[in-house]
Amino acid sequence: MLSILGALGGLILAPFAGGLLSGVDRRLTARLQSRAGPPLLQPFYDVLKLFGKEPKVTNAWLVFSAYVYLIASAFSLFIFFMGGDLLLLFFVLTIGAVFQVVGAICVPSPYSQVGAQRELLLMLAYEPILILVFVGFAMCTGSFMISDVFRLDSPLLLKMPLLFLALGYALTIKLRKSPFDISAGHHGHQELVRGVQTEYSGPYLALIEIGHWLDLVLILGLCALFWHTSGIGMCILVAASLFTEILIDNITARLTWQWMVQKQSLLAGMGFALVNLLWLYVA
Amino acid sequence: MRFVESMIKKSRLMSPWMIHFDCGSCNGCDIEVLACLTPLYDVERFGVVNTGNPKHADVLLVTGTVNHRNRHVLKQLYEQMPGPKAVVSIGACNLSGGVFKDSYNVLNGAHTVIPVDVFVPGCPPKPEAIIDGVITALGVLKAKMGMGPAPEPALMPGDADAAKPAAAFGES
Repeated sequence: MLSILGALGGLILAPFAGGLLSGVDRRLTARLQSRAGPPLLQPFYDVLKLFGKEPKVTNAWLVFSAYVYLIASAFSLFIFFMGGDLLLLFFVLTIGAVFQVVGAICVPSPYSQVGAQRELLLMLAYEPILILVFVGFAMCTGSFMISDVFRLDSPLLLKMPLLFLALGYALTIKLRKSPFDISAGHHGHQELVRGVQTEYSGPYLALIEIGHWLDLVLILGLCALFWHTSGIGMCILVAASLFTEILIDNITARLTWQWMVQKQSLLAGMGFALVNLLWLYVA
Repeated sequence: MRFVESMIKKSRLMSPWMIHFDCGSCNGCDIEVLACLTPLYDVERFGVVNTGNPKHADVLLVTGTVNHRNRHVLKQLYEQMPGPKAVVSIGACNLSGGVFKDSYNVLNGAHTVIPVDVFVPGCPPKPEAIIDGVITALGVLKAKMGMGPAPEPALMPGDADAAKPAAAFGES
């Protein structure tokens, strides 16, 4: 009972944390480009403004998809805070991603359609990596439960350093950071207008944005699991991953989808993950 | 509930996302509009993001001479933007037709097609003037939300006689 309440509390706090982190992201990005940048609370202003806008929708599926995406993101974060099953978390997260594609594909806009195809390619690129990382967790702890990670004595980073790198790849792709922002660009870099999010507007775009914050918190939480033995270690790991993401976002150009799926994801990401899994198997 | 409403109203003034539509200008004004986004002027300080998508945008920046072809596009872009929204007309050509005023193929300004809130004169206007125009447009939004006095309807000199679009070539 206490754990359910704790997880619910975490779920309520998560959008605030995600929004703040996204504000830090925009501010750091601006500084890296020698600009002053928006206020730290800018993402909250954006979302509140979007909630106040006139709801204009192309069809009902779009609204449904926005809600399913938000609920799937929230539910997978809830599973994470409960210390639940990694595989279940993975499947719920995938439902959210699939419904974002469904929402983009059910409208006639060509930008949205192409964005949806590219989003499917993104999923093809990050999902195998994510599942291999979870297999690594299972090989170290003997189960897919997140709560079992906390029974270990030494940080997982020592056993799965390459899997952490592979998770970094998956993180960049899932958050649609450059060089993997082929399906929709963030803060003002346009790709296909706004790719999968082109047709969402007003309050429904705000729902998508909040879902994105929850995803950010979830993925950074997964990074934190690699150093579960100390709170300071978790903070260092989360801060380092976030900063590296933002740095890579600013110094790389957008890849073509062939490069992303074949070279970057399959060769590099899966390569790292498989080498680490073999090492765990042998050791 | 009242608190949420006031926060939403405040947020509208903090995050005006823009869309820029060029009605076939010489690109002078467009370059000045894009210069506002560069590190030197950094209009993102005010929360402005160049969305390039009418469905996400709050402020429409129009440049160039409006003609009988692109007035439909302009009107459609305006109608696709969800309210509350504001329109900023930039540059001599877009204000009144500029040097092409009263030509057979040109409409005398964007305000003959859509309701314009702020006029930014110049050929081309400086980036500072364009940023000032966007901030003035926020004042117009503020007035529309009932948070300030309604601004005076802004018309350029000589516009009173050009309120109606000229007839298209071949039309009676």
